Parts: sequence; C-alpha cells; structure tokens
Amino acid sequence: MALLEIKDLHATVGEREILKGIDLTVEAGEVHAIMGPNGSGKSTLAQVLAGRELYQVTAGQVAYDGKDLLALSPEDRAREGIFLAFQYPVEIPGVSNMYFLKAALNTIRKHRNQPELDAMDFLSLIRDKMNAMNMDQTLLNRPVNAGFSGGEKKRNEIFQMAVLEPRLAILDETDSGLDIDALKLVAAGVNAMRSPERAMVVVTHYQRLLSEIVPDYVHVLADGRIVKSGGKELALELEEGGYAALGIHEEAETVGKA
Amino acid sequence: MTTAAVQIGNWLELFTQQERAEPWLQKLRETAFARFTELGFPTPRDEEWRFTNVAPIARTQFQPASGCFAADFSPPVGVELLFINGCRIQTEVPGLPNPLPKGVVVEDLAGAGSHLAQYADFKNNAFVALNTAFLGEAAVVRVTRGTMLRGPIEITCRAQSAGAPFVTHPRVLVIVESGAQCSIVESYEGPGGAYFTNAVTEIVAGDGAVIDHYKVQRESSDAFHVAAMQVRLGRSASFTTHNISLGGALVRNDIGVTLAEGAEATVNGLYLVNGTQHVDNHTVIDHAKPHGTSHEIYKGILDGRASAVFNGRIIVRKDAQKTDSKQTNKNLVLSDDAVINTKPELQIFADDVRCTHGATIGQLDAESLFYLQSRGIGKAQARSLLTQAFAQEIIDRIKVPRLRDSLEKVLAGKFHERSNY
Repeated sequence: MALLEIKDLHATVGEREILKGIDLTVEAGEVHAIMGPNGSGKSTLAQVLAGRELYQVTAGQVAYDGKDLLALSPEDRAREGIFLAFQYPVEIPGVSNMYFLKAALNTIRKHRNQPELDAMDFLSLIRDKMNAMNMDQTLLNRPVNAGFSGGEKKRNEIFQMAVLEPRLAILDETDSGLDIDALKLVAAGVNAMRSPERAMVVVTHYQRLLSEIVPDYVHVLADGRIVKSGGKELALELEEGGYAALGIHEEAETVGKA
Repeated sequence: MTTAAVQIGNWLELFTQQERAEPWLQKLRETAFARFTELGFPTPRDEEWRFTNVAPIARTQFQPASGCFAADFSPPVGVELLFINGCRIQTEVPGLPNPLPKGVVVEDLAGAGSHLAQYADFKNNAFVALNTAFLGEAAVVRVTRGTMLRGPIEITCRAQSAGAPFVTHPRVLVIVESGAQCSIVESYEGPGGAYFTNAVTEIVAGDGAVIDHYKVQRESSDAFHVAAMQVRLGRSASFTTHNISLGGALVRNDIGVTLAEGAEATVNGLYLVNGTQHVDNHTVIDHAKPHGTSHEIYKGILDGRASAVFNGRIIVRKDAQKTDSKQTNKNLVLSDDAVINTKPELQIFADDVRCTHGATIGQLDAESLFYLQSRGIGKAQARSLLTQAFAQEIIDRIKVPRLRDSLEKVLAGKFHERSNY
C-alpha cells in the first residue's frame, strides 16, 4: 500500500479551478519533487493535502496510509503524520515558539499514545535539533515567526519538522528567498530526516534545491495537471531547457484573482 | 411623579439616612447631592452616553451596603487597603508596628483637604455627584516628596452580596508628591450577586512624579460598575495606567488625564465581554501645555451577544505645541452578535503637533488558525491560543509581576472555558 495515493484530484478556489486532475503515488521512503512554473498549482496541491479550507476539492480521492485524507481536519492530518513546511510561514505575535511547539508536539504524541513531555524533557529534546538548524535558543521565547528574517522562518519550518517527525513531509518552496548557505543548511536538515519510513514531497520552482535534496522522482505540473514525470535527470533537463522546452509557457503569477 | 423624580426620591431616602458628617464634609455632600438631583441619570439622548443605557441602574432601588463581613486576608506586606462593601477593614496585626513603608501616609478624608473632589468634577457627571454625596470612608494615600516606593499600593474593593441589591461608592485619592515614584493597583471584585459599585478615583502627580497605575475590574456577572478616574499630572510627570475590565453586567469607565508641560501619559486598557455584558470606556487625554506625550492602546475581545464602546477623546489646547499623541483601539469580535462602537475624537487647537489614531475591528486570522492546526493543534485550542495572544500585548506591559502572573492565569482560564465554539 502506498503511503500517499492521489487520484484525479480537482480543486477550486472560488469559481476558479486550479487543480484539474492530479494523479500521484508516493511510497514510504521516496522523495518526489513537484516542479512547475508560477501559477501551475504546486502550492495549491501542497495546501490541499494539508487541509486548507480556502480550497474546495470538487473531484477525486486522496488516500493516506489507507485512510481517506480528505475527510480529516487539518489537525487530524498533522496528528496522522502529515507536515507542511509553509512557503510563507505565518507570524503569530503573542504566542511563543516554545509554547506553540510544545503544544503541537504533545498533541501529536498523545495521538501516537506516547507520554506527553514536560518542559525539561521538551527542552532537552529540541536543543540538538536547534543546534543542527543553527538556530539561536533565544528564538524559543520569541513569538512564532514574528520579526524573523525570511531565512529564519524557513529554518524554523524545518526545525519544526525535525521535532514533529512526520511520516509525510510536504515542502512548499522551502528554497525561495534563501541564499546559498541557508539553502545548504535547510537541505542538510531535510536530508538528515530521509528514512525508509518517511516520504517527502518537495515543491519547487527551481532546480537548485534538487541538487541538495536529490529526489527519486520528478513531476512537472502545468495548468493543474502533471504533464511529465521522470527521474532526477528531469530536473536537470528543465534547468537547461527551461519549461519552454517542454512546451510549457510560464505565466505571470495571478494575484488576487479568485 | 415622573420616573426620574421617583428615582431621585429613592436616592434622597438613602442620602438622608446616612449619618451626618463633620460640617465641611456634610456641606460638600449636600452640594454634590443637589447637583445630582439637577442632572439626573444620563440617558442615551446624551451624546456621552449614546451607546450605554444606564436605565437598569436608574430603575433599581438599591439598599445601603450592609456592615462589614468577616474577611479572610493575610497581614499586609506593603501598602494594602481593603474595603468590603465600602467598609475599610483593618488588616494590620495588633501589637505589630504599622507596616507602612517610609514616605507613605494613609490619611483620613480631612487630611485630603485641599485635594479632595478637586479633580473629579461632579458638576457634569451625575455618578461622580452621587459618589461625592455619599463620601464616607475613602482610601487617601500620600506618597511624600522624592519617595521611591518598591511594592505597589494595593487598594481592593470587594463586594459581598447580602441578597438585595446594594450600592457602594468607593473613593480613592492618591497624592504623589514631586519626584516620588510608585505603583498603584486598584481592584474591584465580587464573587456574585447584584450590586452597584460607583467608584471615583483621583490621582495627583507632582512635578517629575512617576506613577504606574492598574485597575482590575472583576465584578460579579450581575453587577453594575461605574467608575470615574481623573488624573492631574505636574510638569514632566509620567503616568501609566492599565484598565483591565473582565466582569460586570454593565460597566462604564470614564478616565481623564490632564498633562502639564513635558508630561507623559500612557493610557491602556483591555476589555473582555461575553454573554450580554456591556463595557463602555470613555477616555479623555487633555494636553493643556506644550511638549506633552501620550500613548493610548485599548484592546477588546467580544463574544456572545456582548457589546462594548470605546470613545477616545484627545484634546490639544492652543498652548500645547509640540504635543505627540498616539491612539489605537483594536477589537477582536468572536461572534456574529457582538457589537462594538468605537470612536476617536481629536480636538486639536494647536498647530505644531503630531496626533495619530486608528481603530480596527476583526476576527481571528484564518491563516494563523490554519498554521496552528497544520501542526496538530485542535481548532478550539488554536482559537483560544490566538485569542489569548491578542490580549497578551496588553498583559505583557504590566510591570507588577504578581499582577501579571495572576491575570495571565485568569485569562488562560477564561479562554479555555470559551474554547468550545
């Protein structure tokens, strides 16, 4: 049984159809890259899998670990092991990182029938993971993402992923806005988590992240459909020829159009 | 007789029932009561009371508060004044020396002399007139010149219900002489029952005085609470107040601060209303002289069928050049039926000033909710976390650790209790 099986998935936002029939199967242990131009539906796919209510699924099925994923609330998906690293992590003033992450971890642990952690155990668990992401401990007492630089926000996403240990990680343009050093750090964090039990779906516009996180499969998304699938060499082809070589025209990102 | 005449008749009965005071005080009471009978209770036809109807107060026949109840209290650590149903409770332990720190004097009304009723004007406010007409036991505290007080001056007014609705008229006067520094915590609380707290607070800050003031209102859910606070700041004095309003069925706060040259005022507040609660905060910051600075942020959380009013007036007088003033009112509305009326009122007569104001009314942010949910936090918990975070901005500014901690706990409990929507 595949960990994730998407069949003919259609999704709209308002009147506009964005996903027009996605088929994708991801086995445990695999890393799949989803590439495509702006406006192709990459981020929508990531958000639909995490359960964002903004999007309506109009047709198709998604099975996750044999369960009907679309029937689950966003929090239940997270508890079942799905993690979305946001393209734009949300700033939440007034809620400390520490409180937030401990609450998240303990709900998930409870769901897995593991004992909840107290503050001391929690701190010792996260200390190494913070160091690995080169994150300052003082960030723990700061509000979630508030006043973080772009790079700090992305590192914080991967740090959260390391703490929550998902079975399916979806990385939405985790490379955007990162300089090469930050990119390598983030990629190292992701690579450290690759394991036979865990699958990853890496959504990206550019090939450069995929030289750091080498995928098993690459899919090209255009106008709401997967138009081409292949191995890691497909990413390199795209790097050389661009999307145009596949007959795909990049459209300017439509903003504010529902 | 008209309804108004009947209502005033009830108060006249209470007024004549009270024991006569010394001549000077009796005269003040009588003048104030005469003014009350002229003014009568305000109605929504009065602009200042447009969104707050005090008819439920006007039509209730209140009893005078009955005598003191046994209270559980611990011996005071610093300056603590406890009133139960308007009656001062002696918390000092007999045989031990007066625990008041050096530089603090607790006086009686006569000692307040030239300051009493000089700031909270009863000519235009029926509730202040009523309070003044019933002046009796009061909290009068003087912090002498140059004194730096470490712990807060705590003034607690507790109501203990005796069945029939009763009224108390708490009166606070704090005189902080020039160069002195102190914090003041006023608490109004009641475990249950219908009663009416009609409070007046006057604070005078001498030149260069620094005052950090808090008012925490946790009246019972059936209580009426009307409070006027008038603050007079001397040259380069600095005054900060946080007005935390959690309880009460019908609540009105009138807060006025007058600034002398170079004075600084921070006027903040937080109101939480649920059910059918109504809270009205009217503030007036009066820049009378040049180079004054004022900051104001009021935040409100509304749920159920509750309603709230924020009316923030800022006056910059002709002389008050170089005034710098900022006002913000933010409201989080959690239900479809809650109502907020918010109104900035800037009256600027000087031409070289900076005044900004802004008001927002919003719901919980959908993206923030999704972010929390996507990490496994349940929707109800996510909502209560974000609601608490909204209030946290005000709580974080509280400088008295014990007060901050206890309010954090109270709020956490309140939001947890509400997290099932």
